[in-house]
Amino acid sequence: MTCLPGHTEKKLGLAIDLDTCVGCHACVTACKGWNDQGYGVPLTDQDAYGADPSGVFLNRVHSYQVQPETGAAQVINFPRSCLHCEDAPCVTVCPTGASYKRVEDGIVLVNESDCIGCGLCAWACPYGAREMDAEAGVMKKCTLCVDRIYNENLPEEDREPACVRTCPTGARHFGDFADPDSKVSQLAAKRGGFDLMPDMGTKPTNKYLAPRPKDRRNEASLLAPLLDIEATGFAGWLDRVLGKI
Amino acid sequence: MHPAPSVIIFSVLSGLGFGFMAFMALGFLPLTGMWAFWAWGVGYALAVGGLIASTTHLGNPQRALKAFSQWRSSWLSREGWAAVLALFALAPIALGDWLGFGVPFVWRGLAAALALITVFCTAMIYTQIKAVPRWHHWLTPVMFMAFALAGGALLAMQAALAFVLLLALAVVMLVLFYTGDRQFARAGQTMGTATGLGLRGEVSVFEQPHTGGNYLLREMIFVVARKHAQKLRVIAVLFAAVLPALMAAVGGLGLMLAAVPVHLVGAFAARWLFFAEAEHVVGLYYGKRQGVLR
Repeated sequence: MTCLPGHTEKKLGLAIDLDTCVGCHACVTACKGWNDQGYGVPLTDQDAYGADPSGVFLNRVHSYQVQPETGAAQVINFPRSCLHCEDAPCVTVCPTGASYKRVEDGIVLVNESDCIGCGLCAWACPYGAREMDAEAGVMKKCTLCVDRIYNENLPEEDREPACVRTCPTGARHFGDFADPDSKVSQLAAKRGGFDLMPDMGTKPTNKYLAPRPKDRRNEASLLAPLLDIEATGFAGWLDRVLGKI
Repeated sequence: MHPAPSVIIFSVLSGLGFGFMAFMALGFLPLTGMWAFWAWGVGYALAVGGLIASTTHLGNPQRALKAFSQWRSSWLSREGWAAVLALFALAPIALGDWLGFGVPFVWRGLAAALALITVFCTAMIYTQIKAVPRWHHWLTPVMFMAFALAGGALLAMQAALAFVLLLALAVVMLVLFYTGDRQFARAGQTMGTATGLGLRGEVSVFEQPHTGGNYLLREMIFVVARKHAQKLRVIAVLFAAVLPALMAAVGGLGLMLAAVPVHLVGAFAARWLFFAEAEHVVGLYYGKRQGVLR
């Protein structure tokens, strides 16, 4: 049934640090790379080498300019993927039961053999987390790399989502938000992790960490101490004499 | 939202068919013999034809039967059930009218109710979606019902009833255009809330996440040119409601029949606008919504 579970044992998700993200798109590439060959049908591309290429990605990195009332504008890179919402509207709208939220860990998944490709779940998602595969006619979305995180064939350090594993700046963190002592819960608490569009009532699991306040640039010149030198001795005498001529 | 022809054809034709058959079930058009056969044939052709058109919207239509499984949570699933139940409940009435045997009025009432419930479920598929503020309004199902009832009365040759219902439809359409234009702003979502960065300052797009197109841009960030929208609104209200209402006021079988295609032209224009003008909040991430254009 595509009714949502009342409670999930774990709340696996990501904490995404907008302070450290440099917008390199490595997570986008790693995600596409892993999910091209892992869970479900591959993420196909259409006209990949032609004039109008298009394809499915489960993760997209936006770049925004934020202009405060005073001071310089700031560029903030913003990765966007499924937030594995507690009140996931994409799940309840599904007519076939293909879209579901796992009771054990809260991951929102699509059972592709049940998906009829009606696209209603993508309409229901405020975050654009779902993209239809034009080749297979089924809906694709972030699986939180469900085929990595429990995969005992992988070395332990690789048992986290591909995007997290690959991030060169450590801007992405994976963990259990139901456990208040987990790294992600601690991070979210310490850095004021926030939800996207909370008024949509989706209760996202993933949290975003705001950019830290920037240091103020020192307006005074570094050379200031050198500009006001009182010459002494012979140089001082020369300075005075030359000043009088 | 992308105005997919399959979904427009489906919702217009099925709505009209079920509306018409609701009137037929209640005995508004007392036909017998072959006349009844053809009239019911038109009703079934509209309803079923629309439903078949809707399956061409699917990526995997061969699995369409699975869509009956989630009626407890999904309006799309409920619609499937309501449509099938309505078509089955209407069948004995159609046969009775054609072959000349009576069907209890309770059954007729039930079948008519199921036909209208189907239209309501169709409307709720759109109304439930919070991420599309223009649709997420109680007037959306009212509009769908108004179309089904007005069109149905017209097809059922109920001149006086059709006149009243078509005028009501015109009012609903106009009110919905007015409120719909304000719904996105009322929903209160901006690039600031979408990114959560709004409190820090004015958020604008510095660089898009991809240079090519994608499903989101094609399906949900469809933008319609405003000047066309205004013209189409006039065409929609005139053809769907005002002109057929006038034709119904004059009356006569020929004029009533001629009013049906006129109504359909307007209904298609209105439904195209229903999709094309609807803005999904995901557009905010791409900087392509009212929230930024203002």
